[in-house]
Amino acid sequence: MSDDAILTIEALKADVAAEELGILKALDLQVCKGEVHAIMGPNGSGKSTLAKVLMGHPGYRPTSGRALFDGSDLLAMEPHDRARAGMFLAFQYPVEVPGVSIANFLRTSMQSRLKEGDDLDLFDFQDLLLDRMKLLEMEPSFAERSVNDGFSGGEKKRNEILQMAVLKPKLVLMDETDSGLDIDALKVVASGVNTLRQEDPDMAIVLITHYQRILDYITPDVVHVMVDGRIVRSGGPEVALWLEEEGYASWREAEEQAAAI
Amino acid sequence: MPNNELVEVLDLDQYKYDFRTDDKPVFRTEPGLSEDVVHAISAHKEEPEWMLEFRLKAYQLYLRKPMPTWGADLSDLENVLDQIYYYVRPQDRMKNSWEDVPDNIKTTFDKLGIPEAEQKVLAGVGAQYESEMVYHSLKKEWDEQGVIFDSIEDGLKNHPDIFRKYFASVIPPADNKFAALNSAVWSGGSFVYVPPGVHLDTPLQAYFRVNQERMGQFERTLIIIDEGAQAHYIEGCTAPVYSTESFHSGVIEIVVAKNARFRYTTIQNWSNNMYNLVTQRALVNERGTMEWLDGNLGSKATMKYPSCYLVGEEAHGSILSIAYAGDGQHQDTGGKVVHAASHTTSSIVSKSISKGTGRSSYRGLCKVYEGSTSARSNVECDALLINDTARTDTYPYIEIEEQSANVGHEATVSKIGDEQLFYLMSRGMSEEEAMALIVRGFIEPIAKQLPLEYAVELNRLIEIEMEGSVG
Repeated sequence: MSDDAILTIEALKADVAAEELGILKALDLQVCKGEVHAIMGPNGSGKSTLAKVLMGHPGYRPTSGRALFDGSDLLAMEPHDRARAGMFLAFQYPVEVPGVSIANFLRTSMQSRLKEGDDLDLFDFQDLLLDRMKLLEMEPSFAERSVNDGFSGGEKKRNEILQMAVLKPKLVLMDETDSGLDIDALKVVASGVNTLRQEDPDMAIVLITHYQRILDYITPDVVHVMVDGRIVRSGGPEVALWLEEEGYASWREAEEQAAAI
Repeated sequence: MPNNELVEVLDLDQYKYDFRTDDKPVFRTEPGLSEDVVHAISAHKEEPEWMLEFRLKAYQLYLRKPMPTWGADLSDLENVLDQIYYYVRPQDRMKNSWEDVPDNIKTTFDKLGIPEAEQKVLAGVGAQYESEMVYHSLKKEWDEQGVIFDSIEDGLKNHPDIFRKYFASVIPPADNKFAALNSAVWSGGSFVYVPPGVHLDTPLQAYFRVNQERMGQFERTLIIIDEGAQAHYIEGCTAPVYSTESFHSGVIEIVVAKNARFRYTTIQNWSNNMYNLVTQRALVNERGTMEWLDGNLGSKATMKYPSCYLVGEEAHGSILSIAYAGDGQHQDTGGKVVHAASHTTSSIVSKSISKGTGRSSYRGLCKVYEGSTSARSNVECDALLINDTARTDTYPYIEIEEQSANVGHEATVSKIGDEQLFYLMSRGMSEEEAMALIVRGFIEPIAKQLPLEYAVELNRLIEIEMEGSVG
């Protein structure tokens, strides 16, 4: 294990909580500070499950293996403690919170990270928020809107990036952030992520996607191919390009053959 | 009359709050209700003959009217009504001792950040309060404009003509059993008159006035906003009302004259042994506007449907209400709009939150009389359930006799879902913090209509209520 590791996953298995259906099957992964890892795979391969298990979604249950985040036993922590420790999940489907402004939502998120009895300085927070919005070239009025309420797909994803910018995580899990975005919206979101990476070169990213497209804008250090709950191949950016041409069919065939033997 | 005890009311209360008693003579009627009790109240208040007759007639009506069989469960109420004291001289109510106030109430006060002097007033154990200074300077301003803001008793004494003209004109005793009861034994409440054309910028706050004379359990309020006048009246506060009584039945009557505009804001948070049955109604004349902003927290059972009777052309009525039903509580609330003139408009927005074994019901009436052409009404009720054991129901009654009416009704029920909680928790909020934020967002459309200090208190109170809701 590298000293620089921010996330280390060893032989992680997980089920959907309601049924004993293995989704993750002995998954290994190590992500170091500042690295960008892309995880690609077909529908149903367990990519999104991995993101949810790592963030502590109540609908999934790790059954064996372990995961260390910044040296701590991740699987023993509550979701909010994982967030407070510096993990951030950019949702594939960000949830609407009617009546709660983005500013209020983020202020509450920041406040929750403080020690009991400590109060967030509202002026400092306001400065931070405005600074972050300026960095991402967003209109300040955006923060007055209710969280994701009536947002377009692109606005929802930009809101995720804004939250990331304010909360300044050590590790970001991006769950199919590119899905449902047109190319312009994708560029805006990617440029936001890149701006944040420049600002904090130690921030690591696990980028989950179907498509190679987003990797044109956010360059990965490592690309993993995930099929049926396992990582079946890892390599440089060339893996993604190769995958784009070949598709996932060859692994499926290999799997079927392996199963037949 | 055994008058050596001050606040012994029900066994229920004694058990719950373990009251000690003071050894002081007070004026108080016998427990239970009789014609003699009604006589005694009227005599003690030195009322004119017509009011005594009014009370006695109302008492007969009360006896004849059946207990409502709809709404909240009132099966225990008969017992309560046999045992309570229908009249205790208001100044005698205030002599509880601070030590007697239950810890949970004190804790809530502390969490709300209410200074101790104010806490004592709210708990009914303090009489002096700094805001009296504020009140007196405002009173001078009001006097100069001809505005009357008095106790209901002083209204009857000092302004008999205007009082008699409007009293019981909006809510006659025969309206319902509890209006009849209130009419028989009313005590305490406000009398407000705003003369034609006067615009009041500062809200009239009952809060100031009731410090001098505590609100009774049969409060009666009469408000007249004369032609073209504008005012805002605020009653109650979000801090829990600590009361040794377990029954509250108020009557609030409002007359909005031609071109006048009035808003009545009330947030009430009763202790959870309380039956709270209130009739509040406004009569709105030509081009007048009436807005009810009604918040109900606490109590054992609340039945309360603020109403607007739109009797003049182009009159407008709006009802915004919010109810919070915690464990064992039933909030049966909503609103009534009656369109009895052409081009009248109304809107009802009702939001409820139910937690634990709490139950909230929306009960509303929209009535459009024949001939009230081009009336428009819109009703929206949203219920939020905090967990699986909570319950909500909707009873919308719509009676339309007019072809040209345009009436809309929309109802939603939502439950705080795992996905929503997970989203907020993934940003660092604990489950409780996440729930409280979702609830705050839910009530935001109503909270933003409140004066800031009330909105802040309401939010804080909901947060306190949400504590311990996880698990």
